[in-house]
Formats: sequence, structure tokens, C-alpha cells
Amino acid sequence: MAKVLLIAEHDGTKLNAGTAKVLACCADLGAEGVDVLVSGADGAGLDGVCAQAAALAGVSRVLRNADARNAAPLAAILAPQIADLAAGYGYVLGPSTTFGKDLLPRVAALLGAPALSDIMKVLGPRSFERPIYAGNAILTVSVPDGAPVVGTVRVASYKAVGEQAPAPVEAVSSSAELPGHTRFVELRAGSRDRPDLQSANKVVSGGRGVGSSENFRLIFELADKLGAAAGASRAAVDAGFVPNDMQVGQTGKVVAPELYIAVGISGAIQHLAGIKDAGTIVAVNKDADAPIFEVADIGLVADLFEAVPALVKALP
Amino acid sequence: MKVLVGVKRVVDYNVRIRVKPDGSGVLTDGVKMSMNPFDEIAVEEAIRLRERGHATELVAVSIGPLAVQEQLRTALAMGMDRAIHVESATALQPLEAAQVFCALAQQEQADIVLLGKQAIDDDSGQTGQMTAALWGRPQATYASVIEINGSTARVTREVDAGLEVIEVDLPAVFTSDLRLNEPRYVKLPEMMKAKKKPMDVKPAAELLGSNVPRLELGTVRPPPARGAGIKVKTVEELVTELQGRGLI
Ligand SMILES: Cc1cc2nc3c(=O)[nH]c(=O)nc-3n(C[C@H](O)[C@H](O)[C@H](O)COP(=O)(O)OP(=O)(O)OC[C@H]3O[C@@H](n4cnc5c(N)ncnc54)[C@H](O)[C@@H]3O)c2cc1C
Repeated sequence: MAKVLLIAEHDGTKLNAGTAKVLACCADLGAEGVDVLVSGADGAGLDGVCAQAAALAGVSRVLRNADARNAAPLAAILAPQIADLAAGYGYVLGPSTTFGKDLLPRVAALLGAPALSDIMKVLGPRSFERPIYAGNAILTVSVPDGAPVVGTVRVASYKAVGEQAPAPVEAVSSSAELPGHTRFVELRAGSRDRPDLQSANKVVSGGRGVGSSENFRLIFELADKLGAAAGASRAAVDAGFVPNDMQVGQTGKVVAPELYIAVGISGAIQHLAGIKDAGTIVAVNKDADAPIFEVADIGLVADLFEAVPALVKALP
Repeated sequence: MKVLVGVKRVVDYNVRIRVKPDGSGVLTDGVKMSMNPFDEIAVEEAIRLRERGHATELVAVSIGPLAVQEQLRTALAMGMDRAIHVESATALQPLEAAQVFCALAQQEQADIVLLGKQAIDDDSGQTGQMTAALWGRPQATYASVIEINGSTARVTREVDAGLEVIEVDLPAVFTSDLRLNEPRYVKLPEMMKAKKKPMDVKPAAELLGSNVPRLELGTVRPPPARGAGIKVKTVEELVTELQGRGLI
């Protein structure tokens, strides 16, 4: 039996939805307990994040790691503290977001441990499944005895846990020496006015077929009508139609909504890698031979410029 | 300024992967192999760093059997100056690869180690971060803009919340995202010239440090197939279908 140190992600005031999903993976591990490490700059924002974490089912303790140098989530600054605080834990886990993927391998290397990326299933205390080749194969991997299990949990593979009576929040600090060689400059936030892609129940994505930034209005209208998040293929992002944080796929975001509507997207394997866990996939494409139709649960061969406005109108 | 670039030989990104029936891996016999697309972007960026007047020596590194020299030649043809083939019969895991890159970075006194943000075969996305950790240097992963100003670099990173800008002191490790650049096309005469560029061969054992624990790789299985879907003819039919499934 071993304990889990779960690395929480947050933006200074709000806990990232990934934490509740990593907790679902922890439940499958049958671990002795889960301590959630919340690192940030001291203040009310950090208290709020700690309270949100403390209320999640399965959390034993919240470790509040306040330090002005933790104001921005820089892997080079956080990793030595986490490696220090990880002593005695059998698992160090985080979400498979850009935050977790940037940080956990650095922590693993400092601990001299191998890392697991994108854990999608727990087979045993040290044995897991993870996707390789853009999700076209699933690999069984085991961590040898003696090394802690360090890695990221694929958030699309787990459903968020519920709530509990608040767990205790305790202050912690690490004596690790922190480097001055890495400095945060700024965050230029992307598209924020719609539900978050990685936790939304419904997602509408547009591809190169949408044609332009102006035309993406059609995708946004459909998304708003459905209360859905808006996504895009890489080709649509590369063409400059929408910002990069909307990219869905192997190298973008992996999503797992109940409903995924792909509009003007051909269905390249790298895009499909990001939507394999969707409940129902709907495709609207004018090319009846587009590969997207091989995975779509419901396909509509049509010109999107007619079909999407009609759909917006016809939806209840 | 010296730039080391990692170049991994992987199954070409256009190939449709097939899992071997016995679950021992994926079929690679007779399958087209290429340079990992993110590494190609890293090679391109190194060349552009020189074109912008920052880099003076560009070294491509690949770990693996003899066959990886094919990808190193491609990197040389694109414009790298020399190559190091780190010989290893077995595939190295990210922590081991990081040991190799860290050792080379120190031997070569590199200012920048540029790797792809992930390899499209194992999709681990760990080697850059681990190299930076072992080397005790900054990391800027998912880079889409790299600007060098003397002994520091300002890097724009593609993160879930948008674009993050960080500043790091050199030496540092960067990993490339897709939008960092568009790799150049290699022409035949350059391919011929590349044959004459130097290629060092070093056994991996010489560069691997302490023994690190290895993940035990088990069987590989295909993902569950999605059931056959249906086609609808009109938007009205689509709405009815979505309603029937309780999705709207
Ligand atoms: C290493 C690597 C990583 C990658 N990672 C990702 C990733 O994470 N995500 C991703 O999406 N891609 C990724 N890609 C790119 C991927 O290979 C494809 O190029 C991309 O997904 C194609 O996007 P698309 O379907 O929008 O464009 P296209 O392939 O150009 O398809 C456009 C589609 O729109 C349809 N269309 C056009 N006009 C209309 C109309 N009026 N009405 C209806 N349909 C119309 C066309 O029939 C066509 O099927 C990656 C590539 C590489 C090499």
C-alpha cells in the first residue's frame, strides 16, 4: 500500500477540472490515501483553490505550498519542490494537460524514476495501459519495484469524482534550492468565453473546410446553441482561423464529450486520436469518402454552409 | 553558439499502424520510416537560428541501430553541419535518451538542445523535460516562437490556456511544437552533399550514466473498434436522430 501525491493544476483562483479526473484514477489504484499538492503564491486565491481541492471525493489532505516564486506554474521551479516533497509517496501523479506533461517528466528525472504519459487504465498497483501511435495501439506498461510511479493521467479516460466533506488543509514547504534561470513573462489567454474543451459534454469542431476566420462564426453559433465547447482541426488552426488552444487531436487536446460534431474535418488519424473517447461522433462533410465517416456514428454528407445554419435553426 | 538537435527514426506519420496479432508490438516490417515530424521542425529551427545569426554549429543526434543514419543524412541535407549516431540495438526509454542527450550536451558544451515535443511512435513527450532536469538547465517545451537575445531566450509556449511567454538563461532545452516553423524541402544535390558531411558513431553505453529503472513494456493491443455508424440524408433526420439518442 502506498500514498499518492497528486499535483493540482490551477490558474491562481480556480482548480483545473483535471484534478477530479486524476482522483478517479487514484480510486482505481486502491492507494492508501491521496494528498493533493497545491503550489502557488500566498493569498486568498490559493486558499480558494485549496478549498476546492479539499472538497473532492477521495482527498485525504490538501498540502498548501505557498511561495511567491510559485505564482506562475514553471516546471523548472516546481519540479525540485515536488521531488523534495515526494519522499515517502509511492505515486506522483498529475493531469495529462500541458501543465502536467511539462512538469511530471522533470519531476521523474529528478527522482531517477521513469515516467508514464497518459495513463488510461489501471491494471494493477504498478501496471497500466497507455495509448501509443496516436491511440492506434494500446500498450501495457509496468513500473519496476523500487521506483515511484510518476506520470500523467489521461483526463479524457476518467470521469470526475464527486464531492466529500472537506479534507484538512496543511501548509507545507520544501527546502529545495530553486533556480533563477527560468522566468515567467506573460500568459496570453486564448478563447475563454465558451465551456472548457476538456471538460465539456458537447464539442463542435471546425476544420479547414470552414474556410476562414469569419466563417467560424457558424461553428460558434452551433456550439452556443448546444451549450458546447468549440474546437478545431490543426489545419484550421494553422490557417489562422482560430487560436491554437482550440486544436483537438494527438498533439492538441484529447476530448471525451458525449457528443462531438466534426464540421468540414477530413478525419486524419492525428485528429481522430483526440476524439476516440467521444460518446457519439457526428460528421458533416461534403465528401462522402472522407475518412471521418469511418468513425462517425452519424454522418451527414452535405455542404456545411447549408447544413450548419439549417441545423442551428432546427435545433430545439 | 552550438545547437544539438535530436532526430528520431519513427514510422512515417502517414502510415496506418497495425498491431501484430500476437500483441508483441506494431508491424514495422516493410513500413515507411521517417524523421519524427517534430524533430524535423527542430532541425529547421536550428538552421533558422543560424540564418538569424545566432547559431554557429549545428549537430544532429540520433539514437538507435545503423538505420537511423538515414534520418541523420536527411538532417545533414537540410543544413545541419555534422551528425552523431549513438549506437543502440535496443530502443532507449525517455530517461535513458535524456541521459544520452545530457552527456552529449556537456561533452559538446551545447548552448541549446532542441528536441521535438513528442515522438509520434510512443507519444511519451518526456525526453526534453528529462534532459533539462538531468542537465540542471531551463526547459521551454511546446515552443512556437524562439527569440535569442544574447545569453537569454524568450520562448512562446503553446499551453492549454493560450500562449505562455517565458524567459530562460542559456544553455537550455527547447521542444518544438508544430507551429514553430515549416520544415524546408530537401533537394537531391543537398542529399548528395550530405554524404560528405561528418558522422561520428558512439556506443550508447559510453554516454549512459547510472543505471536507471526501466519500464517493463508488456503487450500491445488495438483500441476497441467503434461500431458501424449510420448516414442520415437531411438536417431534419440528423436532429431526429440526436433527439432519439437523448443528446439534445
Ligand atoms: C505530427 C503531426 C501532428 C498532428 N496533430 C494534429 C492534431 O492534433 N489535430 C489535428 O486536427 N491534426 C493534426 N495533424 C494534422 C492532420 O494530419 C491533418 O492535416 C489535419 O487534421 C487536417 O485538418 P482538416 O480535416 O481540417 O483539413 P483537411 O484534411 O483539408 O479536410 C478538410 C475537409 O473539409 C471538407 N470540406 C471542405 N469544404 C466543405 C464544405 N463546404 N462543406 C463540408 N465539408 C467541406 C473536405 O471534404 C475535407 O474533408 C497533425 C499532423 C502531424 C504531421
